[in-house]
Amino acid sequence: MSSIRTTPAAGGSTAPASGRKPNGGRGPNQAVKPLRQRIFGRNPLGWLFSAPYLVFVIVIFAYPLLFAIYMSFFDYFFAAPGANVDRPFVGLDNYVTAFTDPAVLQSFANVGIFLIINVPLTVVLSLVLASGLNSIKRFRTFLRVSYYVPYVTASVAIIGVWLFLFNQDGLVNQILGPLAPNPSWFVNPTLAMPMIAVYVTWKQLGFYILLYLAALQNVPTELYESASTDGAGRVRQFFSVTVPGVRPATVLVLLLSTIVGANLFTEPYLLTGGGGPNGASTSPVLLIYQQGIQQGHPGYAAAIGIVLVVVVLIIAFLQNRFAGDRDS
Amino acid sequence: MHRRRIILSIVTAGAIAGALAACGSSGGGSSDAMKAKGPITIWYSNNAQEVQWGKAMVASWNSAHPKETIKAQEVPAGKSTEEVLGAAITAGTTPCLVFNNLPAVTGQFEKQGGLVDLSKFSDGNSYIQARSGSAADQYKSANGDFYQMPWKQNPVMIFYNKDIFAKAGLDPNNPDLSTYASFLAAAKQVTSSGAAQYAIYPAPTSEFFQPNFDYLPLLAAQTGGKGLIENGKATIDSPDGIEVANFWKSIYSAGLAGKEQFQGDAFADGKAAMAIVGPWAIAYYGDKVKWGSVPVPTKDGIAADKTYTFPDAKNVGMYTSCKNQGTAWDVLKFATSKDQDNKLLNVTGQMPIRDNLATVYADYFAAHPAYKEFGAQSARTVDDPSGPNTVAQLQALRDAYTKSVISGSGSVDDAFKAAADKINKLQTQK
Repeated sequence: MSSIRTTPAAGGSTAPASGRKPNGGRGPNQAVKPLRQRIFGRNPLGWLFSAPYLVFVIVIFAYPLLFAIYMSFFDYFFAAPGANVDRPFVGLDNYVTAFTDPAVLQSFANVGIFLIINVPLTVVLSLVLASGLNSIKRFRTFLRVSYYVPYVTASVAIIGVWLFLFNQDGLVNQILGPLAPNPSWFVNPTLAMPMIAVYVTWKQLGFYILLYLAALQNVPTELYESASTDGAGRVRQFFSVTVPGVRPATVLVLLLSTIVGANLFTEPYLLTGGGGPNGASTSPVLLIYQQGIQQGHPGYAAAIGIVLVVVVLIIAFLQNRFAGDRDS
Repeated sequence: MHRRRIILSIVTAGAIAGALAACGSSGGGSSDAMKAKGPITIWYSNNAQEVQWGKAMVASWNSAHPKETIKAQEVPAGKSTEEVLGAAITAGTTPCLVFNNLPAVTGQFEKQGGLVDLSKFSDGNSYIQARSGSAADQYKSANGDFYQMPWKQNPVMIFYNKDIFAKAGLDPNNPDLSTYASFLAAAKQVTSSGAAQYAIYPAPTSEFFQPNFDYLPLLAAQTGGKGLIENGKATIDSPDGIEVANFWKSIYSAGLAGKEQFQGDAFADGKAAMAIVGPWAIAYYGDKVKWGSVPVPTKDGIAADKTYTFPDAKNVGMYTSCKNQGTAWDVLKFATSKDQDNKLLNVTGQMPIRDNLATVYADYFAAHPAYKEFGAQSARTVDDPSGPNTVAQLQALRDAYTKSVISGSGSVDDAFKAAADKINKLQTQK
């Protein structure tokens, strides 16, 4: 995709594409700019308009993240206002503990299993289903709503249904008969995390289908017509027109499903009774909750959280690097 | 452009650093508050019977103290009372009194500076000890002071379904469940006869508090009154501790207990023939189940009047955000008076932590013989420790238990030794 580059209008604030004087030095006018203009630029009103979002980002994202980094270097715990408490600096101790704690390492391995199953399944199923929903004429609205319903339904309610379906005496095992796994799905150390991955894929699918449906509206129909003229069948059209045409949406789905997956909490908390069996479905966020909220060690929990942020950023970078369009 | 960004970055970083520093600052409490009188707020559990008692108690107090009124409400909704309280302490929004404090989190709340030291009231220690006797000792903090008022308990016993037992060919009026061997034999008879799918169904989930309702009651019984920590050391890797774990393991490995979380109450729904729970559940079971109760089993059997168990106690905490702590202390004494304890017992069926309970309220137990055993059992209970890391210690125990006992993965000895080491390490941390 190509971007449109505009030339700044006279008096506009947009810098030239080069952004720098040929000699790399300061222009004669810049030396006499008043301090206010140097700080807020030539259009200070712009700050006013962007202030709500800026404040939102600082308060909701930047401050908590920086505070978490700060906490992770201390034996930090939450205290009553005005309480005289000691929170000594511990350097990298929390990080060392995190990297040597088998429970933490297992939780990251668990979430790795989750992502390996959930992310590709999400991308493939949502793209295929969105393409199907985009091409059908009858029952289109009904089917779109049907796929979206699990996404907007509270996890707590749906989890009850899944537990009913997949417990030892549940409907699924009754149908499977002797083929039913033993121990059953959610108490089986091998199957617990893959089952959670399938559950989350199913629950979130409606949202990602919606993203793909929006992206599909931007794929020109002429491309399909010319591909058809060239003799391409439906499958060839899907791989040669649809898949490249929704590439930005695919990157978005990859990133979002990775971020959502890495923050897995509700499902292991409710579906497998707190990360069981044997910690096979414990996620890093569940551990953060246990350590930070239940056990009163938010400094250690913050260290696990920062490690998780770094891991997710690395995965997101790799996804963007290899799946994204470098020209856009 | 670059300079502007640098200036902005410095300003932003400065603001954030200031904010962080503010978060790290600390102040001191006010001892004047301990004498202050005036209106207060209290929270109580959302248990229907406790709400009924709480409302009556508040109405009684308010009618006699128009200038020191109580504003009461149920503990706000959250994942658990403990998490709501932990957040409220940090936010400074705790009420004066909470009639639902879990002893296991008391040390944590104390560390957070959220709890008032009740021993600092001139009659603090004397009142608590006069009311609860030696049972109060286990609720002292490490410094020997009371940061919680021992209030009421639900001594955990084995409930059994008389109809299911009769169907299984077991004596429904006097079943032998006192030893591990007899318990296992009865459990097998229940399942093999088809009287119920499971013999017993303790929650098999991984939450830190679950050991209170399977492992720890039997540990207290087997050890003759020892809890998770004795003399600063974990007891779970002792021969008795391993014995208890192996007993439960044999229950699970024989398929006598469910390994999946049950949607509902397995005992009330007839899915399991037995439950391990306290008397609060009697009101819940109502007429649904014809039940009997016996003490928890031990390896070789111990007389009922010598058997210990877990109390499932809830205490009262006074919080440092309270402005009128003088009134709060008066209310605390009023709410735990002999008269109010009697009302609590009558309305909820839960046992006030009061010395000589069975004789003090002899009339009640004569009128309610089903509760008599719980009243007697309440004199022999062992609660969780009240240290700052108790929750983490219980979680370490639970993780070892779910792995080696419920799932049957690996050796119980190894898992419990590793958990004991972790618990001992946590015990040394402040």
